[in-house]
Amino acid sequence: MAVVEAQGTGGGAMAALRRAEPVVIPVLALLAGLAVFALFLLTQGKSPIAFFGYVWQGAFGSAFSWMNTLSRAAPLLLAALCVALPARLGLVVIGGEGAIVLGGLAAGAVALPLAGVPAAVGLPLMALAAMLVGAVWIGMAGALRHYRGVNETISSLLLAYIAIALMNHLVEGPLRDPESLNKPSTAPLAEGLRVGMLPGMDVHWGLVFGIIACVVAWVLVERTSWGFAARIAGGNVRAAEVQGLPVGRLILGFTALGGACAGLAGFFEVAAVHGSANASLAAGYGYTGILIAFLARHNGLAILPVAVLLAGFDASSGLIQRRMDLPDATMQVLQGIVFMAILMSDAAYGRLPFFKAKG
Amino acid sequence: MRPPVTAIGADPLPPGALEVETVGMTMRFGSFTALEDVSIRVAPGTFHALLGENGAGKSTLVKCIMGFYHATAGQLMVGRREAEIADPRDARALGMGMVYQHFTLVPSLTVAENLVISRADAPVVIDWAKERAGLEAFMAAMPFRVPLDQPVARLAAGEKQKLEILKQLYLGSRFLILDEPTSVLTPDEADEVLGHVRGLCEAGEISVLMITHKFREVTAFADEVSVLRRGRLVGQGHVADLSHAQMAAMMIGAEKEQRPVARSGLRGAPMLELRGVKAADRSGLKEIAVESLTVHAGEIVGIAGISGNGQMELMEVLTGQRAARGGEIRVQGVPYGATRAEAQSHAVRYLPEEPLRNACAPRMSVIENIAFRSFDRNGAGRRFWLSANEMRAAARDLIGAFKVKVADPDGPIAALSGGNVQRAVLARELTGEVKLLVISNPCFGLDFAAVSEIRARIVAARNAGAAVLLMSEDLDEVLELSDRVLVMSEGRITYEVPAAEAKIAEIGHYMGGHAA
Repeated sequence: MAVVEAQGTGGGAMAALRRAEPVVIPVLALLAGLAVFALFLLTQGKSPIAFFGYVWQGAFGSAFSWMNTLSRAAPLLLAALCVALPARLGLVVIGGEGAIVLGGLAAGAVALPLAGVPAAVGLPLMALAAMLVGAVWIGMAGALRHYRGVNETISSLLLAYIAIALMNHLVEGPLRDPESLNKPSTAPLAEGLRVGMLPGMDVHWGLVFGIIACVVAWVLVERTSWGFAARIAGGNVRAAEVQGLPVGRLILGFTALGGACAGLAGFFEVAAVHGSANASLAAGYGYTGILIAFLARHNGLAILPVAVLLAGFDASSGLIQRRMDLPDATMQVLQGIVFMAILMSDAAYGRLPFFKAKG
Repeated sequence: MRPPVTAIGADPLPPGALEVETVGMTMRFGSFTALEDVSIRVAPGTFHALLGENGAGKSTLVKCIMGFYHATAGQLMVGRREAEIADPRDARALGMGMVYQHFTLVPSLTVAENLVISRADAPVVIDWAKERAGLEAFMAAMPFRVPLDQPVARLAAGEKQKLEILKQLYLGSRFLILDEPTSVLTPDEADEVLGHVRGLCEAGEISVLMITHKFREVTAFADEVSVLRRGRLVGQGHVADLSHAQMAAMMIGAEKEQRPVARSGLRGAPMLELRGVKAADRSGLKEIAVESLTVHAGEIVGIAGISGNGQMELMEVLTGQRAARGGEIRVQGVPYGATRAEAQSHAVRYLPEEPLRNACAPRMSVIENIAFRSFDRNGAGRRFWLSANEMRAAARDLIGAFKVKVADPDGPIAALSGGNVQRAVLARELTGEVKLLVISNPCFGLDFAAVSEIRARIVAARNAGAAVLLMSEDLDEVLELSDRVLVMSEGRITYEVPAAEAKIAEIGHYMGGHAA
């Protein structure tokens, strides 16, 4: 006690630095990634200043671009949770795309016999089906890890490829609507089973559910004994075992929960955006979600701003293609560079001189 | 390649076996002295054994010789010349090589490929015909051989260890350090490998310094033996003049018999009972089997034994980290599966060895780590919502009560010193009712002050009526704390004696794997 109080002031300063570290390092990494990307633009003979100007304009410059950005943020929030929740257990799950695709497909398939049912019954059923399928899909990666020792990063990625193939098979075969000619799809949702826009906005309800999911995830991890148990297991699985914590159940539970979030993203993509399940579900949200989760250090609340930022990059991509004559893949180059910077910044924790405790 | 670093002149060292001598070698890590004033001479062409318990300083000594560490004080003489070894490459250039406990071969490559890539001067483009001829000539000159075309993965363990030694000879080593070279070998393989090493020594090709725990190998193969204990050289001599009992006595310190510390209370009802418990050991090849073990309330049962004889596996079975293959574990007469609910209802607490590795989440805060036992408890009931305030208040009390030196309780526990990490874990595990305490090497690597304090806490828990099972590689600790002493050897409990009647020499015999 005496020791704690005697060093109270030093402890306070250190505590402030420690709180700053997980914010400052990802921000520095993001800036470093953007700087490298600027060099890449220069090699293409394009102006980085013009580029970032268009990003601003296309993402946040007007009410219209804000709506565009926020629409894209909705699935990204949920996709990021699919990475962030298992990550607190020390698992790197990168196959959220698969759960989004299958979740969307499940929502589209369940909607078929529900055509006449009121929205208050039909939509929850569709969402539940999507979440269930997503939970099983990512839960499988968790189960493979727990029971068979299979690396969850690899298995979840491979499961995503299987999911996409499965979706393509079903929408081109058994579930295909004969009237979808150019783009094989399931039958369009009945009008009553569409998710509408938020009042006064051009953004669908998925955004609200995404925000709620992020807050709930944060509360679960930071404020409940389940989350605490998961953090112990993620911090040191041997210690968790000695404490008698149910590591296996935690792994299955958190991977399934992450998968359910991604499945819900798929539901909104179908019910609010596309109106039917088709190949557009594999739009890469699952992969952008990985980047967001890592940038946010797997913290549910930090996912909110980061997802909006990344959605903004995405939203401005059309404008940049038109104005700067840059290909579609430019944004993927940017994302890739930022992701590398984030991964490398992990080595900086505890090493940056101004965060070092004075010994 | 850099020239070999020798202090005097450029004369090459004489051919054949090297003489290596440490003079007053001392190594300190901060305030901890790992090695103090150790002088050992390995004469050319001799086989020198280095004995000592875990933490006695054996590895530190050989790491100083090989240039992994830089000794705080003292000198290294190679071939009677002072040698300045800045890093392992210098040691290699002087003709010193090391064979590790675990293999350093590439399993998918053949023997020939492994040998060639181990050379520091391996060419970028390898002329295999030429290398092949060279290797065949080299093998032909050796007293023992390994087939050049076999992938290493297909070799038996004994063959791999032979290859490790051949590799050192191929690299031109004339002084070999063997670090427990037979721990992964069967006794027959061990005898064969060490017999070849012995032959090379007698032929004047190499000198050898071997770290070992096995007295039998010392007697059968070594010329001389040095014994380290707590970083000091406590005995030295010709193997021919020493009995196993004398070596054991040096190794575990017969100079003062540790007497149990003051204690009170009487032995109560059986708390922990093991009957016929079997489990795979960490290699998966052997088995640990505990026929019968009972710990009563109010007693400390100490399990002595040399590292690697199944204590770690037994601890893992008791903590639920390793599945038992059979048998029964009962706590308070009820079958026990080490779940959190069971540990909670029987008040079972654990103190595993290396607390940062086995009992803490290093990046979580000190406060959070102290809460590991209680975060989901609310009095007698369970809690779903965490209470940050209660956690903080409880941690503050415990930090004070157990004198944990913490600059920043919200900072990661990995920032604390080893002694303070162990104090924090003790604070967590000894709070509340404790009926059974299972401990493994609680004081490993800690400084003197922390050691005496932690031992006093363990005895206090016993005096308060807890049953304590203490596994320790430090025999002094076992004798000081225990009411009953058991010896574990090769996965089995081989000896039991009340602490009051314990004889160090007798215990030493059983620890060395010798049923009297």
